[in-house]
Amino acid sequence: MKNHYTATAKALHWLMALMLFAMLALGFYMQGLPLSPEKLQLYSWHKWAGVTIFLLVLFRLAWRFTHRPPALPASMPKLMQLAAHAGHLALYGLMLAIPLSGWLMSSAKGFQTVWFGVLPLPDLLTKDKALGDLLQTVHVSLNLLLLVVVAGHVGAALKHHFIDRDDILTRMLPKRTQEN
Amino acid sequence: MKRILSTLALAVALLPLSAQAIEYTQVQAAKSSVVFTYQQMGVAVDGHFRKFSSQLSFDPAKPTAARVSFDVELASVDTGAPEGDSEVAGKPWFNTSAFPVARFVSGGVKALGGNRYEVAGKLTIKGRTQDVVVPATVTTQGNTAIFDGAFTIRRADFSIGEGSWAKFDIVANDVRIKFRIAATGK
Repeated sequence: MKNHYTATAKALHWLMALMLFAMLALGFYMQGLPLSPEKLQLYSWHKWAGVTIFLLVLFRLAWRFTHRPPALPASMPKLMQLAAHAGHLALYGLMLAIPLSGWLMSSAKGFQTVWFGVLPLPDLLTKDKALGDLLQTVHVSLNLLLLVVVAGHVGAALKHHFIDRDDILTRMLPKRTQEN
Repeated sequence: MKRILSTLALAVALLPLSAQAIEYTQVQAAKSSVVFTYQQMGVAVDGHFRKFSSQLSFDPAKPTAARVSFDVELASVDTGAPEGDSEVAGKPWFNTSAFPVARFVSGGVKALGGNRYEVAGKLTIKGRTQDVVVPATVTTQGNTAIFDGAFTIRRADFSIGEGSWAKFDIVANDVRIKFRIAATGK
């Protein structure tokens, strides 16, 4: 019981996993499209979803700070524990930095972000082409980095499950799939 | 008679301006600008044109005799994104290879009082001509007159954005055009 994440933490984890993969796919797909009304629509949706994810991450962080996650197994070497914490820190950092970089890129490129077409986010940067291009590179690079860290995250979870045979993966799964 | 009187009153009101008897004719392109704003899925997006030229004559003593023509090189558009620039130069939008220039030619000028005027004229874009009325203000500083104004056109009136762009759900029909013309006198 104690060794499980809360239902809310699990729901947030898997919801964000889905959203991040959908957003990565959408992001890489849409930027290669020729300019069309559909492309502009996809960009707007991507930006709306990005703002939504950012807010979900904030909520998730607040939840995590008020609901202590289960401790790592004592059998884990200290160095591995440190690596696990660093990996999670990187994931949270990227989940915050990526939408921020997208928002700033939009501002610098002169296309304001208006959440669901209703709530305008302030433009923190004024229109500046060079800065916009730089932030685009930053946005893309951070996403590539996210892909690498997520691959490590998934790989580590599978290693824990199939090689270490501990509960690291199952404690993030819905209860009924639990073995004990 | 009434009209003559009001014209006289206007002329008197404008006397201090005309004291130098200056006529503004030399357009200063570097100090002038043409900016446009439109809505993209409800979000205001703006751009501008880098190249344009204007012929203008404005005598503060005879403002209603003012004349102006304005040519915008449509291929010099800056939408904020290179792919946007090449897209709007293409056939569905400006079709700049067939219609390189947008032109405004003034007809009558109406004084609205103070430094406010209304310039009626014809705007031709992409081979289509529409009557437009352009409100403008004039500010004079030394031997320079600054003309500021803004008006709204509907892009569909000029077939700007055809085919898949013809609907207004992504790119709105209304386009707000803001201009500044600086002209020196002699």
